Amino acid sequence: MTAPTTTLPVGRAVRAASKEEFRRAFKRNLTAHGFLIGAVLCFSFFSWYPMVREFLLAFQKTEGGATRWVGWDNFRHVFQDPGFWQAWRNTLLFTGLALVLGFLLPFVVAVVLNEFRHAQGYLRLLVYLPVMMPPVASVLLFKYFYDPGYGLFNRALEFLHLPAQDWLQSGDTAMLSVVIASTWMNMGSATLIYLAALQGIPGELYEAAELDGAGLLRKIWHVTVPQTKLILSLMLLMQIIATMQVFTEPFLLTGGAGPEGSTTTVVVLIYQYAFSFNQYGGAAALGLCLLVLLAGFSALYVRLSRDNES
Amino acid sequence: MRTSLRRSTAAALASALAVTALAACGTSSSGDGKSAQPSGGSADASAPLDPKTKVTLSIDCMPPAAKAAELKEWKEDVAEFNRTYPNVTIEGRSTPGQCLEPPRFTAMLKAKSQPDVFYAYFTDLQQVLDNDGAEDISAYVTPRSVPALDDIDKNVVGVLKRDGKLYGLPTSNYTMGLLVNRKLFQQAGLNPDTPPRTWEEVRAAAKKIAALGNGTAGYGEYSVENTGGWHYTAAMYGLGGDIVGADGKAAFNNPTGRQIADNLHAMRWEDDSMGKTQLLKWGDLQKQMAADKLGMFLAAPDDITYMVQQLGATYANFGMGPLPGGAATLAGGNGYMVKKGSSPDKIKAAVAWLNFKTLAVGKGQFRYDRSKADGLPVGLPQPAFFTGASKAKDDELKAASATMPVANFKAFLDNPVPGKAEPKKAQEVYKVLDKVMSGVLTNKDADVAQLLAEAEKAVNQLLANQ
Repeated sequence: MTAPTTTLPVGRAVRAASKEEFRRAFKRNLTAHGFLIGAVLCFSFFSWYPMVREFLLAFQKTEGGATRWVGWDNFRHVFQDPGFWQAWRNTLLFTGLALVLGFLLPFVVAVVLNEFRHAQGYLRLLVYLPVMMPPVASVLLFKYFYDPGYGLFNRALEFLHLPAQDWLQSGDTAMLSVVIASTWMNMGSATLIYLAALQGIPGELYEAAELDGAGLLRKIWHVTVPQTKLILSLMLLMQIIATMQVFTEPFLLTGGAGPEGSTTTVVVLIYQYAFSFNQYGGAAALGLCLLVLLAGFSALYVRLSRDNES
Repeated sequence: MRTSLRRSTAAALASALAVTALAACGTSSSGDGKSAQPSGGSADASAPLDPKTKVTLSIDCMPPAAKAAELKEWKEDVAEFNRTYPNVTIEGRSTPGQCLEPPRFTAMLKAKSQPDVFYAYFTDLQQVLDNDGAEDISAYVTPRSVPALDDIDKNVVGVLKRDGKLYGLPTSNYTMGLLVNRKLFQQAGLNPDTPPRTWEEVRAAAKKIAALGNGTAGYGEYSVENTGGWHYTAAMYGLGGDIVGADGKAAFNNPTGRQIADNLHAMRWEDDSMGKTQLLKWGDLQKQMAADKLGMFLAAPDDITYMVQQLGATYANFGMGPLPGGAATLAGGNGYMVKKGSSPDKIKAAVAWLNFKTLAVGKGQFRYDRSKADGLPVGLPQPAFFTGASKAKDDELKAASATMPVANFKAFLDNPVPGKAEPKKAQEVYKVLDKVMSGVLTNKDADVAQLLAEAEKAVNQLLANQ
């Protein structure tokens, strides 16, 4: 029964001490906190507050200047839109194709570049050049390349006596064409990251593998891949997160729709809901669906990053 | 719709961010401080503006410096207006591109940052009202404040009314027709003075023009960014059909709708008269026609201005006929609205300015002699919203200063087709119909019946979700 009366003053003393400690720590880091306030304010205003607003907007409708709470109506509305499921199918198709092309190709290019002993800087610049081009210019360039009448690609096929393709003009090939353009535009950054990872692999490992009689493919499989596993996993996740938000390429190459809506992605649909149909609630609801999905991938990404750091 | 589309394409925003930005704007309820709440001024709408009352009006769509002639005219008009109303200060706001870009307009309405007198398309009224953005100006617009009021086409004014209340004044209007390239018509042995009036004639003419070769297409169509659905709607109107029926349900999956789709499919795949490149949007067909690579497409007269002023074409090379079928044609336009919360004096000053600048025969935008002297085009058949004595006077003044061969538009003018407004939920419906258009134009094996049936189902679904 007496225990509480004896422990209370101790608890208070501990709290007072920790308060004092906190105060001292705060004083010590005053400048850092000063800098932090600016960043926190910026993030609050430009990132976190809009995100909270978007969350609320997903459950609201604006009419006659008044905003009213509509519960899950916006979600029901977008789920009933036949374009909703098509947009998800298209997005997943883009992500799948982008992983096959956009994930593997930069790695292969990085491995090849890593083998070159001369002109590495020049080759790196060549690979990185497309990234430096403004995305809109790159997309318009590809639009010209894909033109079925005068496009460079069909001219090249004609020169090689191969049949002309419909590229963006057919529902069968439109998405693949978008992925090709997107891969070309973005592979430079990924290649450089892979290259940096490859150059961090100790040369002795390759020498040991060679002594064991390993050929090029076995060296890649048994040395390169395990040594870059974490970077590869991170890049894979980042690629999934980025490709599921694809907008610029389908929007500019195919007007956001393509043949029979075959290139309408989820983010393009969000854009249409907000700016073509003025249905901000629907757009926010769609955005929230995407956010939930990507949050899962992001959590994985954070976990992997932590492992990487440790 | 037509004009709104031309600007909406290039802005490739990361839309998730855009939506969050929108959301950020959504809570802002502060105005510009000058006109947030009605304050001061005479509440008697019919009383003239008190000359002692100082009023400052910010107004959208002042021509940018790049449009030197238009800007000069704007300044002249402000000076002339100030001779009558020295107490009104006009603060013009200009934008480098189009007067209205939908994403910017949307954000502006959400943030309530629109100017006192703001520019809007006819189709924007619902969005403006949803955002409580405009004043009811019915009481301020009378034959006293707008002398030509009774001579303005009632249908045009009606577009800016809702539940009997007037929310804006029109500045221009358009109806669609068939735009033709006269040079290609002549080269193909066709008479450009009598453009095709039916789809059979369009198909036959397109074949002849495409036969010229060298990548020339006879007829062109849009199929993305909602423009395909928009043109499909125009074609339906032309044949007397509809997109949304009186019962509020989709009304295009029928023989008329099928005829349009079948005809386009045949022109694209059997005749090969529509060129190989499809998935076109506003601006693409104009470029082809300005380069003499396209014979015909559905358009409004001001497409010609765009081709001449922006793409370097010449007026004499174009002509217009009525929309094939001629039963009705898609109509639209733009005007100005007054920001919600403006004081009665501001509304009076706004109506006075709009009357002077955009609704008075022989003044402002209708001073054709001045436009001619400034090198601006005179002679296009639209805008044309006057009727009666005002129309007669306007026609006379226009003819006297025409800077282009107006006879090229005779077929369009002599065969006026009644204008019809866009369907409910136009943009969403157009998005669905884009699929029909892109399907027909990109898939040789397209199943037209299935495309229409799917579109009908989708449109009914979205109409049910009002």
